[in-house]
This record gives sequence, structure tokens and C-alpha cells, in this order.
Amino acid sequence: MNPDVQNRGGSRMRLRGLLRKEFLQIIRDPSSIAIALAMPVILLLLFGYGVSLDAKHVPLALVVEQPSAEAASFTAAFNASEYFNPQAYQDMRSAELALMAGRVDGIVRLRGNFVSRLVRGPDAPIQVVVSGMNANNARLIEGYVSGVWRSWLTQQAGLAGRPLAVPVSVEQRVWFNSAVRSKDFLVPGLIAVIMTLIGAMLTALVMAREWERGTMEALMVTPVSMREILIGKLVPYFALGMGGMALSVIMALWLFGVPLHGSLLLLFLCAALFMLAALGMGLLVSVVARSQFVASLVALVTTFLPAFLLSGFIFDVGSMPHVVQAITYLIAARYFVSILQTLFLAGNVWVIIIPNALALCAMAAVFLLVARRRSHKRLQ
Amino acid sequence: MNGLWQRALALALKELRTILRDPRSRFVVFGPPIIQLLVFGYAATFDLNNVKYAVYSEDRGEAARQLLAGFSGSPHFRLTENIQRQQQIAPLITDRDVLMVVHLGPQFSRNLAMGRPAAVQIIIDGRNSNTALIALGYAQTIVNQFNRDWSQSHGIAGPPASLQTRAWFNPNLESRWYFVPGLAGLIVLVVTLAVTSLSVAREREQGTFDQLLVTPMTPLEILLGKSLPGMLIGVAEGTFILLVAVFWFHVPFKGSLLVLYSGLLLFLLSVVGIGLMLSSLCTTLQQALLGSFLFMMPAVILSGFATPIANMPQPVQWLTLANPLRYFLVIVHSVFLEGASFSVLINQFWPMAAIGVISLASAGWLFRHRLY
Repeated sequence: MNPDVQNRGGSRMRLRGLLRKEFLQIIRDPSSIAIALAMPVILLLLFGYGVSLDAKHVPLALVVEQPSAEAASFTAAFNASEYFNPQAYQDMRSAELALMAGRVDGIVRLRGNFVSRLVRGPDAPIQVVVSGMNANNARLIEGYVSGVWRSWLTQQAGLAGRPLAVPVSVEQRVWFNSAVRSKDFLVPGLIAVIMTLIGAMLTALVMAREWERGTMEALMVTPVSMREILIGKLVPYFALGMGGMALSVIMALWLFGVPLHGSLLLLFLCAALFMLAALGMGLLVSVVARSQFVASLVALVTTFLPAFLLSGFIFDVGSMPHVVQAITYLIAARYFVSILQTLFLAGNVWVIIIPNALALCAMAAVFLLVARRRSHKRLQ
Repeated sequence: MNGLWQRALALALKELRTILRDPRSRFVVFGPPIIQLLVFGYAATFDLNNVKYAVYSEDRGEAARQLLAGFSGSPHFRLTENIQRQQQIAPLITDRDVLMVVHLGPQFSRNLAMGRPAAVQIIIDGRNSNTALIALGYAQTIVNQFNRDWSQSHGIAGPPASLQTRAWFNPNLESRWYFVPGLAGLIVLVVTLAVTSLSVAREREQGTFDQLLVTPMTPLEILLGKSLPGMLIGVAEGTFILLVAVFWFHVPFKGSLLVLYSGLLLFLLSVVGIGLMLSSLCTTLQQALLGSFLFMMPAVILSGFATPIANMPQPVQWLTLANPLRYFLVIVHSVFLEGASFSVLINQFWPMAAIGVISLASAGWLFRHRLY
């Protein structure tokens, strides 16, 4: 028999043996199964419900210094809005104290002379104070207040029998998410962030553990090659990770009601590429660190925060300075977030999917190749 | 009493050496956090710059030109394309070439000149609905400004009542003022937790924890010895981050250092306590790693850093009461932007102290009672 063919047959046998051993190890110590299957479900459940940028029932102080019919219709507009939870305050001082203590997020004040200014003519002042502590929230509240103000003006003009004269009005069309539900873009982003961690956590310790426990030396005296060891480690965890991914997608679709406009098959193909990149990164950490302690430290410090802040999951990548944008290209989650948001909300947009999928391919290849090159069958 | 401190200090020194001796772990504890601070400081902002947009104007009038000048003059927007046909809009937005398209119909200037209501249509990519809303807010501001100028120059009376809006604590609503001090909480949490949560589990896995238990050291001494390195590293990195926030990112610091550092110490106490509790529950490093991630992710995502706690459903809000980062973020923000004092923040201080004491006590108890 040709020795080459024989070797290949032996390789298949060795690989099968390794895979069997890894699968058994996973089944006997259920912590990997917990990481891959239970963790995404728990975290997605918690975050999917918890994370929202749609402010509702914002506590707002209303100060009306001189009651009148106009003031009453104005405050009624706030009471009717689902965005606000208005509370009446007697004077500006107590409202300011409440704002200072964080009991309300904003103040709307109608001065004593509001009605007379309103009768006299344009631009009767309505004083609005918002707490700028959280700037994004403050901007949202400003927007909501001006929405209430505009609908009140329209209503008043209607009562007076002449339409409101606004020279130019904005007609907005929000595509792909016309209800502007923040959950629809946050849940796909969360899947990417959670799966980054799970991928890294699954493989970050596997090689380091073999070195530390001395079992790597035992493997070295067998004819298995490094490539076979790495594949043996990768395949079972890949299967587990994809299981977790499937659970996450099911939850996004049926629990959180995120629409899926693209193809499910394409979603899973991209997810597989992403999973390879995430596992590859964990494997690389494991190979380079060699000790479980260092590998754990690296995994904790370098995976979560970058995936959270630099992936475009919440913060817009296009608005970051160019240097920081360049760094985001190193984060696998960035490509996956872009693919997921597009596939879920817009559809199979090839111009976006193909470059991002290629980038994931390249990252997976680089991580796995470097991990392969850095792991030698040799003692230190 | 002297013996207690001596033994605790000896253990603390040994712990510090384990972390700092290995060049790789030394780098991991200090390198990435410092790099991350600078990168995240620029990345974490909701202010949009250079948002790409296209103009589809079917109107060549003066008014249209004037309104569009408002868009091209804004630092938030960057014009990348002028399109001629309706059909060009869809591919531009779908392929993410632009975030929004500003469309003026053929009658825009004529309607405006004749005093009829005119509309500007804004078509925007809602895949990230938060970005879309912020960009729409900027667009609305530009249109409002145009309306004011137009009404003034054409003698049209403005609306009967108008809003005069002011923002306290952060007049220009720069979101960096909010996020950069918050990063101190995030980064210190991650590093301190990593350092402490692995410490006991590592000794358990290697079997050296049993040896520690048969020495004359009491659980209290072990607790002190294991907590001090995390506290020290946390204070050092926290200080560095706060200096960068003030001197590099120019976030105004209105409050007192005493209040801030009291908050930082209590925060570290609670994080170290949780880390040690997790660590003494675990028998292997893999379990400790899993436990740290399981605590760290919810602690960061549900802290109010990126999305406000007030938006969360009530049961999730109750969960956040056990999250020390939630309290520390309020302290950092209030001390930085508002100059808050102890009395205003007392309700943020005591929960962290309670979390710290409870978790440290359980860690000390678990040292001897955890069976494995």
C-alpha cells in the first residue's frame, strides 16, 4: 500500500479518536455545554428585555406660575404623551432641586405672564431645562418636548380657525424600521456580542489546559500531528457554538419579534464564518498564553469591552475618528453586527454581506493559521 | 493585631508578585486597559459627525438652495452625492452608501414663496434606529433655523409660543462628557474582577489553597491578602483613567476628589468582594472564567452606561440594584458634571458598602466550607 494513502487513512482514524475524546470530555464536564447553550439564552433574555433606548415615562417637572385655560391645555398635552410622566411643582426652586437630585429629568415652566405674552403676539417664551448629565437622553427629551409643543400649537391654531404657519415642515421616512423600535437593532447586535464571548470562552482554555495538566506531553508521544489536535479541539466547540447561535436566532425571531427579511440560510453561513473567527481567536489566546491563568486574563480583558463598544452595536462606527475606525476593523463582531442588522432588517443586500463575510473569512483564516504556527509539538 | 497585618501583607505581596512577575500577565493587566481607554474614549459617543447624505432636489429655486446650504454647512453632515432620479434613492440607502437622502419636490420654492406649506422629505436608514433618530434631530434643527430666518426675512409672524431650551451640567450636550468618566467604572470593573476572580480558583485548581488553609492564617487574613492587590491595581488604573478624562478629554471636574475616591474605594470593595466570592465558589479556572463573564456582562450592559436604567422593565431594574457599577456610574457622573456632595450621593454609597461586606463575608465563609 502506498505509505501516503496509509498515512491519510491513519490520520482519519486519529482524528476520529481525538474528536471522540473531546466530545466525551465535553459531555462529562457540562460547563462547556452550559457556556454554549445556557449562557446565550440567559444573557439574551436579560438584555433583550433590559436594553432599550426608547425613553418612555420620563419624569418631568411642570411649573405653571399662573393657572389659565391655555396653560391647562398645554399641560394636558404632556399628560397625554406616553413619553412623559409629568409632575406638577409649585415653583421653580423646588423643581430645580428635584432636577438636581435626579428625581426629574427635565423642567417645563410657564411664567406668570405667559397668557398675556401669548395674546400679545409671537414667541411667548416657554422655558425648558433638561439635565445634561446623560447627553443622549437629554437630546431625546428635548425632541419629545418639542413634539408635544408642536402638536399643542397645531391644536391651538385649529381652535382659532387658522392653520399653523410653518414655512417648511419635515416629512420623515425611516426605512427598515419605520416604528423606530430600538430593540430591532439592539437584539441582532447583542447576539454578535454574546457569541463573541462564548466563542472565545469555549476555546480560550482548551490548549492551555492540556499544557498545564501535562496531558499535552502525553499527546506528543502519540503519532497525532498538531493540526489534528487543533481540528479535534475546534470541531466539537464549533458544533456547540452553532447550537447556541441557533437558540439566539430563534429567540430573536419569536420572543423579541425582530423581523427577518434576509435568508435564514445566508444568516447561518455568515454565523458559521463568525463562529470560526471567534473560536479561532480563543484558540490563539490559548496557544500563545500557554497557562490557563494568563489565557483567562487575556480573554476577560480583551474580548468583552471591544466587542461591546467598537462593533457598531450601539455606537455608530462612522462617527468615530479615523484612527479608531481603523482599529474597529480588527474586531470580528463589527462585521457580524453589520451583517446581522442588514439581514434582519433590510434583506439580502449583497454589497454589504459579501465584503463583511470575506472579512470574517480572512479573520478566521488568520487566527487559525497563526494558532497553528505558534503551536509546536515540542517542549519548552 | 500586628501579626494579622503582617501575614495579610505577606500574602498580598505574594499575590501581586504572581500577577506582575509573568510579563504576559503584567502586560494584560496594564496594557489593554490603557489602550482601550484612549480608543473607547473616542468611540463611545452618540454625537454623529460626517454623516453621509445625498440630495435629490427637483427644485432649482433660491429657497431650496438656502435650505440645502444649511445641511452642507453643518459639521454633522457630509454631502456625498447629488442625485437626479427617484430610483437612485433605494440603492444608495440599502447599500449603506449614505445614511439619509434629503428630497425637495419640484414645487418647493414656489409653495414657499406663495405662503403655502412646503415640505422637505428626509429618507433615512433605520437599521440603527438610534443613529437615525439622532440624525433626524439634527435635520430638524437645521430646518427650524431655516424657518426662523425665512419668517424673519419675509415678515411672517412666528409661532405664538416658542421653546427656550437650556441643558444643565452639559450645555452643549457633548456625550463624551458622559461616557469618558463612565469608562473609568467599566475598565476598573473588568480589570479588578479579572485579577481577583481568578486568584482563589487558580490556587484551588493547583491544590495550593489547601496548603494556605493549614497555615496559621485566619480566613480574615486570607481575605485581606487576596483583596489588597485588586484594590491597589484598581486605584492605580482608576486614577490614571480620571487623569486622562480631565487632561486629555477635557471633561470638566466640578466636584471633590474626596467624594470621588470614597466612591471608588467602596466600588472596588464591592467588586473585589464579588470577585473573591465567585472565585471561592469555583474549583477550576474555567468555572471562574465563566463566572466572571456571567457577572461582568450584565453588570456592564445593565449599568446605565449605554442605555438608561429607567428604560428597563421593572424586574430588570430590581436586578440592577445588586450591580455595584450602577451606583458608581451615578457617583462619577454627579461628581464630575454636577459637583455633588456626600449628602446627595448617600444612597449610592451605602448599597456598594453593603454589597462589599456581604460578598466578602460569604467569600471568607466559602474558603473553609466549600466542598470539592
